[in-house]
Amino acid sequence: MDMQTLYLIVPLAPLAGAIVAGLLGHVIGRTLSHLATIAGVAVAFIASVLVFQDVLAGHTYNGTVYTWMVLGDLRFEVGFLIDPLTAMMMLVVTFVSLMVHVYTIGYMHDDPGYQRFFSYISLFTFSMLMLVMSNNFLQLFFGWEAVGLVSYLLIGFWYTKESAIYANLKAFLVNRVGDFGFILGIGLVLAYFGSLDYATVFAKAPSLAVETITIWPDSPWMLMTVIGILLFIGAMGKSAQFPLHVWLPDSMEGPTPISALIHAATMVTAGIFMVARMSPLYELSDVALSFIMVIGAITALFMGLLGIVQNDIKRVVAYSTLSQLGYMTVALGASAYSVAVFHLMTHAFFKALLFLAAGSVIIAMHHNQDIRYMGGLKKYMPITWITSLIGSLALIGTPFLSGFYSKETIIEAARLSHLPGSGFAYFAVLAGVFVTAFYSFRMYFLVFHGKERFRQGHAHGNELDAHHGHGGTPHETPWVITGPLLALALPSLAIGYMTVESMLYGDFFGNAIYVADRHPVMTELNQHFHGAAAMALHALVTLPFWLAVGGVGLAAFFYLKRPDIPAAIAKRFSFVYSLLVNKYWFDELYSWVFAQGARSLGGGLWRRGDQGVIDGLMVNGTAHLVERFSRLVKAFQSGYIYHYAFAMLIGVFALVTWFARLN
Amino acid sequence: MFGQSILSLVIWVPILAGIVVLATGSDRNAPLARWLALAGSLLGLLVAIPLATGFDTATSAMQFVEKKAWIPAFNVFYHLGVDGISMPLVLLNSFVTVLVVIAGWQVIQDKVAQYMAAFLIMSGLINGVFAALDGILFYVFFEGMLIPLYLIVGVWGGPNRVYAAFKFFLYTLLGSLLMLVSFIYLYYQSGGSFDIQTWHKTTLGMAAQTLIFLSFLLAFGVKVPMWPVHTWLPDAHVEAPTGGSVVLAAITLKVGAYGFLRFILPIVPDAAHELAWLVITLSLIAVAYIGLVALVQADMKKLIAYSSIAHMGFVTLGFFMFNPLGWEGGLVQMISHGFVSAALFLCIGVMYDRLHSRQIKDYGGLVNRMPVFAAFFMLFAMANSGLPATSGFVGEFMVIMAATQVNFWFAFVAATTLIFGAAYTLWMYKRVVFGSVGNPHVEEMKDVNAREILLLGVLALAVLGMGLYPKPFTDVMHASVVDLLAHVAQSKLP
Repeated sequence: MDMQTLYLIVPLAPLAGAIVAGLLGHVIGRTLSHLATIAGVAVAFIASVLVFQDVLAGHTYNGTVYTWMVLGDLRFEVGFLIDPLTAMMMLVVTFVSLMVHVYTIGYMHDDPGYQRFFSYISLFTFSMLMLVMSNNFLQLFFGWEAVGLVSYLLIGFWYTKESAIYANLKAFLVNRVGDFGFILGIGLVLAYFGSLDYATVFAKAPSLAVETITIWPDSPWMLMTVIGILLFIGAMGKSAQFPLHVWLPDSMEGPTPISALIHAATMVTAGIFMVARMSPLYELSDVALSFIMVIGAITALFMGLLGIVQNDIKRVVAYSTLSQLGYMTVALGASAYSVAVFHLMTHAFFKALLFLAAGSVIIAMHHNQDIRYMGGLKKYMPITWITSLIGSLALIGTPFLSGFYSKETIIEAARLSHLPGSGFAYFAVLAGVFVTAFYSFRMYFLVFHGKERFRQGHAHGNELDAHHGHGGTPHETPWVITGPLLALALPSLAIGYMTVESMLYGDFFGNAIYVADRHPVMTELNQHFHGAAAMALHALVTLPFWLAVGGVGLAAFFYLKRPDIPAAIAKRFSFVYSLLVNKYWFDELYSWVFAQGARSLGGGLWRRGDQGVIDGLMVNGTAHLVERFSRLVKAFQSGYIYHYAFAMLIGVFALVTWFARLN
Repeated sequence: MFGQSILSLVIWVPILAGIVVLATGSDRNAPLARWLALAGSLLGLLVAIPLATGFDTATSAMQFVEKKAWIPAFNVFYHLGVDGISMPLVLLNSFVTVLVVIAGWQVIQDKVAQYMAAFLIMSGLINGVFAALDGILFYVFFEGMLIPLYLIVGVWGGPNRVYAAFKFFLYTLLGSLLMLVSFIYLYYQSGGSFDIQTWHKTTLGMAAQTLIFLSFLLAFGVKVPMWPVHTWLPDAHVEAPTGGSVVLAAITLKVGAYGFLRFILPIVPDAAHELAWLVITLSLIAVAYIGLVALVQADMKKLIAYSSIAHMGFVTLGFFMFNPLGWEGGLVQMISHGFVSAALFLCIGVMYDRLHSRQIKDYGGLVNRMPVFAAFFMLFAMANSGLPATSGFVGEFMVIMAATQVNFWFAFVAATTLIFGAAYTLWMYKRVVFGSVGNPHVEEMKDVNAREILLLGVLALAVLGMGLYPKPFTDVMHASVVDLLAHVAQSKLP
């Protein structure tokens, strides 16, 4: 089998599974549906492994699958670019997807939409693979929107739940705001480069480096800056960067497996992947990079702060995801693309793990997600406990664990960057370390340690509880759930240590990522790097490590020893507390300005414009005018003979005069 | 045997079929009328297929040409022919005719034969509009097709049909008469010819071009419809039966847009360039203003009607970008809108047949009772929002790309459709389909039957097929578009 066929199999196998489960799900039943989709994703995973090995052997590929449209010289194609960046993403996507598929057997066991769910997550896998494997902007946009569609369908999976169908509409529309910028960016690429093919565009980019574009009269902008920022607006939507972050926390209304797969490990990192893929363009605009870094820094710090006051187990992890995406974005802004992608990978494993572990806890808690009513679960759920601990330690950057290598390097990259805004970014990611450690271990302690609070009243969950029954002792979840947890715990522990050297300082990415000589952050980082073990040992004497220790220590003190203190602080600083609890009031602001505003504007245009001016004045007005005119004409038809005679006389007189003048 | 007269067949087979249905059918044997109508519409589609299979994509010349003297005294000819611009529209029309016949199968119980006949005759006349190469012949078809449409709205329409028909009449009359005046002027200027292709070559002064431009703009702009002559469309849709709405949205709006390419741009290119700002402005208003207006509609048909206006704004915008991407994007958008709007009106019809309401608030939680329908409706809603891999994306994408090449701000306003289109479509979808069952009437609703699945399934395939592989469509158009663009780029001033 040649490699091209193998490339095709990777996305098509999950698609086939999705079609089987989606169209035939009710005919073939639950077991065959999940077997078909799992088989599809497993095939994709195995094929991805083979592709990865092939890429490691130095074989890259850039070719067309089929031609979508031709207009003279303009060709739009669907095609694959297989290079180290793609191959790594394919591995991450198919592996996490496979784990989530298996996990879903347990998590969605009692759900009537079982087959539909499997169909959706396989369709998602297909879409995400098409996105990362693309060799052009058009297909990138296809994948981009397709993952958005599946995300929409999955957030609203429980379609009778009012909060879920609100959240999915919100997610889709906020993403569309990002896509609005994204498509304009693509439009400018096509207008100036004459092609949407990556290779052609990247090759031509340096020659357009000083091209300017007049967006506003008399103020020329660098073309690359405009393109870079517009494309990044798309990434801000998909990767939930401030101020387009508002949809991600609400997306937690969807079932937990998709929170892990879509809203943590893969889809939300599409924006990060996109910017890394576009490094030849972004390297040409320092302004765009600065913009990216500042947005990332704001997201990293301020979204992390929100995680501190959340009581819903999934929402804590969601804000953590926002914050970590901000870290990746900061790395992009610092021209440390490989570091961003490296963090994307480690984060995919430990964050998927944290979400799936949270799902395991949720099952044990009969779908009550409030961490104030948990506690002491360690002894009832040993596997969920240990894997959660691993995930949390990886997240806060414990030396030797996967998250440490990526996060530590991001902090260093921000420190070494000289772009405007890098000072703020450095502060934000540094402060973020403390915040991350604090909210992660606040949740960890509240869930797994301390007093058992799950027997206290509070028995409202959602409608799914009906068949579970309440009370009783929590117990560990079945192997289809714990298996994926263990499988994800391994890379969360070790993947950073194993790959940091080749991915960041070796030539793993080769030509897939381009860094200009003007941005020597990676070179400088390399000078300080003396191996993975040395890096971890060295970290013990650096600030981030002690900030993390401080965060964990404070969380332990607050939530294990003196639970009265946080409450007192919340009361004492009530403004700050309500600022955080209300998520800086962004939801209210947006709903008031945009949702309400658009409706009022639309209503006004309709009533005043369409019904008032156009129909009222012009259409019906014309009718009235005709009526008035006919009344006037009617007045002439008086029926009096002398009126007619008089009119005739005038007519004859006028005609005679006219003829006389003619002659 | 009929190789020389395919276009005549495409026009007259449906009309004859309509007459046969009218002659044989009465309400006592409605099934006969239905089956005859189905056979007639299928035959109409069948005779149109050679247009696609025998089409030469390499040439921009008129194909399948027929030319016979009709009124020799005025040089009026029975002159037919299609190029890459009109051929897809003929096929679309013949295809949609089959759908509306099937759509009216059970729903229409009153005056079945007359209903079916009206659609068949209208189908033939619309094919005539797209195929006519003679000004007078065009005018006859152009006006003639409105008669069945008036009847469909007037006889099988809703309670307020008189107001809607009156409004439509008022709008159309003005434009049509001015167009006829322009035709007569062109007849004299071209040295006594009603041949449209001769008019393309006729030199005209700027003042004459401007006047002709404005009269054509009014005539065709009303049909498109462009803002601000659009307010007849929502009213007409609301009153029309489902089949009427389908044809109105899918086909008759395209007649207006077609007029831009066949008449306005090639006959008065200098005025078109000069006044491009006017059309571009009106088109952009259609996209943004109408998008917002659609958001607040409480009646589903009105919402989709406004959405149609916004989508047609893309067509006229694309045409006035004067580049292949814009023109072919506009044409692709026309065909795609034919599929998508037909599908959406059929979806609304499916709901209306069960609950007899078009008000969004009367629904809610449909997915609980009609999951198959909900899946179809979701696909078409997404196509209406311009989701990639559906046909709705292709035209919008091409026009936005074309607009960026001309002026960033054109693209900026046009691209707001990504937000507005999704907002009004999916918000409606949410309120109608998602949620808990809204009321006891929804509780009793039955999922789509085999006939409805057939209709929606065929359109779903068309929407996905065109979205995944639009190449065959643009291949057909490309030669004609490039040639016409080159023609339009040349000045016709004396």
